[in-house]
Amino acid sequence: MREFLALIHYNLWILPALLAIPLLGAGTIFLTCRSAPSDPDAEYSCGDRVRNLALGVLLFEFVLSTGLWWAFDPNMAGWQFHVDLPWLPDLQSRFTVGIDGISLFMVLLTTLLMPMAVMGDWTSVRTKLRTHYALLMVLTTGIIGVFISLDLLLFYVFWEIMLVPMYFIIGIWGGSRRVYASEKFFIYTMGGSLLMLVALTMVWHTSGAATFAYDDILASTALAPVHSLWLFGAFFIAFAIKVPLFPFHTWLPDAHVEAPTGGSVILAGVMLKMGAYGFLRFGLPLFPAVALEPAVRGAILGLAVVSIVYGALVAMVQPDLKKLVAYSSISHLGFVMLGIFALTVQSVQGALMIMISHGISTAGLFLLVGMLYERSHTRDIAAFGGIARSVPMFAALLTLVAMSSIGVPGTNGFVGEFLVLVGSYQTYPIAAILAASGVIFAAVYLLWALQRVLFNPLTRPENATLADLNRRELSVMGVIAVIIVWLGVAPGPVLRRMELASRNLVQQVERGHAFATTQKRVVDGD
Amino acid sequence: MFFDLAVPSQLMLAVLPEIVVIVGAMILLLWAGWGDDSPERTRQVTGGAAIVSTIALALVCWLWASGTTITPGLIAADNFRWASSAIVLIGTILTLLLAIDYNERLGIISGEAAVLVLLATAGMMLLVAARDLMIVFLGVELTSIAIYVLAGIDRRSAKGAEAALKYFLLGSFSSAFLLYGIALVYGAVGSANLTVIGDRLADPLVSGGSLFTVGLALLLVGFGFKVAVVPFHMWTPDVYDGAPTPYTAYMASAVKAAAFAAFLRVTLEALPNAFEQWHTALWWLAAITMVGGNIVALAQRNIKRMLAYSSIAHAGYLLVALVTGTSAGVAALVFYLLAYSLATIGAFAVVSSLAGPDDRMADLERYTGLWTVRPGLAVAMAVFMLALLGFPLAGGIGFFAKWYVLQAALQAPSPQTRLAVLLVITSAISAGYYLYVIVVMFMRPRDPAAAQPREAQFATRFVIAASVAVILLLGIYPNPIVRLARSSAPADRAIAPPVLGAGAPLAPAAPLLPAAALVGTP
Repeated sequence: MREFLALIHYNLWILPALLAIPLLGAGTIFLTCRSAPSDPDAEYSCGDRVRNLALGVLLFEFVLSTGLWWAFDPNMAGWQFHVDLPWLPDLQSRFTVGIDGISLFMVLLTTLLMPMAVMGDWTSVRTKLRTHYALLMVLTTGIIGVFISLDLLLFYVFWEIMLVPMYFIIGIWGGSRRVYASEKFFIYTMGGSLLMLVALTMVWHTSGAATFAYDDILASTALAPVHSLWLFGAFFIAFAIKVPLFPFHTWLPDAHVEAPTGGSVILAGVMLKMGAYGFLRFGLPLFPAVALEPAVRGAILGLAVVSIVYGALVAMVQPDLKKLVAYSSISHLGFVMLGIFALTVQSVQGALMIMISHGISTAGLFLLVGMLYERSHTRDIAAFGGIARSVPMFAALLTLVAMSSIGVPGTNGFVGEFLVLVGSYQTYPIAAILAASGVIFAAVYLLWALQRVLFNPLTRPENATLADLNRRELSVMGVIAVIIVWLGVAPGPVLRRMELASRNLVQQVERGHAFATTQKRVVDGD
Repeated sequence: MFFDLAVPSQLMLAVLPEIVVIVGAMILLLWAGWGDDSPERTRQVTGGAAIVSTIALALVCWLWASGTTITPGLIAADNFRWASSAIVLIGTILTLLLAIDYNERLGIISGEAAVLVLLATAGMMLLVAARDLMIVFLGVELTSIAIYVLAGIDRRSAKGAEAALKYFLLGSFSSAFLLYGIALVYGAVGSANLTVIGDRLADPLVSGGSLFTVGLALLLVGFGFKVAVVPFHMWTPDVYDGAPTPYTAYMASAVKAAAFAAFLRVTLEALPNAFEQWHTALWWLAAITMVGGNIVALAQRNIKRMLAYSSIAHAGYLLVALVTGTSAGVAALVFYLLAYSLATIGAFAVVSSLAGPDDRMADLERYTGLWTVRPGLAVAMAVFMLALLGFPLAGGIGFFAKWYVLQAALQAPSPQTRLAVLLVITSAISAGYYLYVIVVMFMRPRDPAAAQPREAQFATRFVIAASVAVILLLGIYPNPIVRLARSSAPADRAIAPPVLGAGAPLAPAAPLLPAAALVGTP
């Protein structure tokens, strides 16, 4: 496989291709079925054509991206698949993309979840199909761009650009409070990222780097401590909103609940990871001295633990199944933040692992909730009960995905949470112990929900006649089930690919911190 | 090409574009006055005016490309002038195209309106070329008087008449401020020539004198009125709302661009040695303009008023570029003016095409669900809103414009970090009203009983399509415009090295007091 990929120069064109294919797909989708939009029958058959086309493009994208798995060299430090093209010579910015062990899985997660979001959410979007799927394509490009950009300005452009399609997806095809949710989502994210833009310009300017290239800036960062606290703060707010970290999380329940199922899958599955990725790629390496400052680090770890416990407790009392899943995301992302800022090789790997497995399992949960909603037109937990008898396949899959979300050993959720807890116990035992309670709470809220939805007596007659999953839904959920078990039983290949990058990151940040400390001592005259 | 202003033929060549515009205006005036008033004639005259502007634009580009230099005198012939003239002329051409459709829609038979637009344009071209305060005043008056009339060109509209009168009263008021300021500066310095003023102000006795300080303050007030910054902005929403939409677009784009260009030339060529004095004043004007414009815009439900407040807010962003006092700031300002003008004209073109037969339907409610009936217009409007918001790619060039201003502010010798932060915070606030337009157009269901908006007419459609295309293309590849903007900025030596320490002064450090001690350094 590797020889074949090398033969076709896979490493030279794959990343630009991953960006370009969805855009071409968007154009094609927009040009399909332009005729007879008023004829409802034509609209319908046309609808399937548009969906098939969108799914085809995204599957093609996924198949292409799987080559990354084999072509990626786990023993090579630095960027792989590096592509560097001129873009804005007058603004010192270039089109530079590349991936390492951290971004590899983010890209793969994106390309995997995108077709799933389309396939698992086949029927819920009924109006303006062409626009919807064209926006999904643009969104794909934006998200992948965020994960592979190695130029700060390019990163910023992608970071903002993925906001627009998501804003429209929530605002046009969302639930009843969609306008409020979409505006809140947009303004929160944009407010944070504009501050990041100022900080980014300041970082570039004060570092004295010649260009906006990530490597250049990293190599020449010499920030005064006073400045870097503010600059880190700006990056922190932008990323913390995206993660979201308590208390910046209030947009999340609104956006996730109001978004259409496919949108929720992408929001929770991929877009939440962008905040965590931002910390790994920019927050820590650019500002090692600030991020490892005991007060700052302690405060962030504290917020992470609060997020874990708070998210779990609020999830416990939700009457709405989708809201429950949304709050559980806050709790899980708290683990990710704990792992990142505990900053041991294990905890960082664990954080990455949670990012992947949360993507898979939350996508599964949102898809299942969406499927249930399609059938019963409610997400109220109280409206169900005992439906395991009428929809056995649904019940089995929901149980499996819930187990993965809880982190039961043998599922993917266990690996990441275990690594984070073990890794962070070495540096921050109290935080790790408090965080461990989140696992227990997760078991409580998910099992309780399972009981109320699937198992209690079947009291409502309309629930007895619910249709079980059809073949399309089964195939999507089957893929998710396979991945859950595979990552739970044999995470080795994944961990091996991310190990070097995690180790380098930890060493680099610690080196930067040590350097800054000695420098400070020199300045202070100790 | 070298111009010696003492040689008449070379002087003529240096003001050739202006001459073309004025002669064209005279001929068109005769043509419009000859014979019957008919819609046909009105359209021909307006089209003729667009052609004249296009010729002038071509001449400007030719002079720009030929790399002109000039002996010091009343007018300048530098890249900055050509760039500003080009922006003004582009705005004029697009306005005239909108006016063709507007006249037809409202049944206005008045070819003279197009002549007035040309005269105003000639005034603006003089204004951006002026290197003498008298020429500045001449340009301002030529522009303003034509525009007072244009604001009330629809005689049947009471609102238009109100706008015209308001603009006339406040405009003459501000012209008086400007003129008085010019007189006092002339009295203090002994010359109205910008270069001479700049040299003489090196003497702290001159620049610290109270005569000059009062004159400077009055100048700033006068320019503040013309570019509509808070607190001199009160006329803007009423005039923008009452004036016919194409001429509102004209005021918001070309007129604002020209006034800013003149403001910039005066501050940077004549007043570098009084940097400390105007810097603090403009710093505060920029800050309150950004905050005030954006916050009041949030409350608007009439799209023309909303765009009026948005234009005030953008004046604040432009002032940030001006406050830096560096050549990067000049380049950022030119770049921003182009991006802003295109997006504003485009937005007003959409408003104009939806304005209905009496040009009075500017209520945002009418845009509800526009996407379902006029998808093209709705998408174009979304692009303009995102461009004004400064969003990358989807807002095209708007992002680079804002980013360029940010960069100029942060890289100035005295970094304007606080202004930069205020700029992005107020930009985030502005998302509230720009997005509201998008929400209304895309996310609200259209009342099936609502009247179908009419198809956009041909010229309007062309204006919208051209603006969208240019905005989006330059949003992906802004390099050519960046290069042009950079070449239009003077070399940094022409500008006083502003050394103020880090950040802008926090306390309102009495900008208008005699500050002889501060400006003592040559």
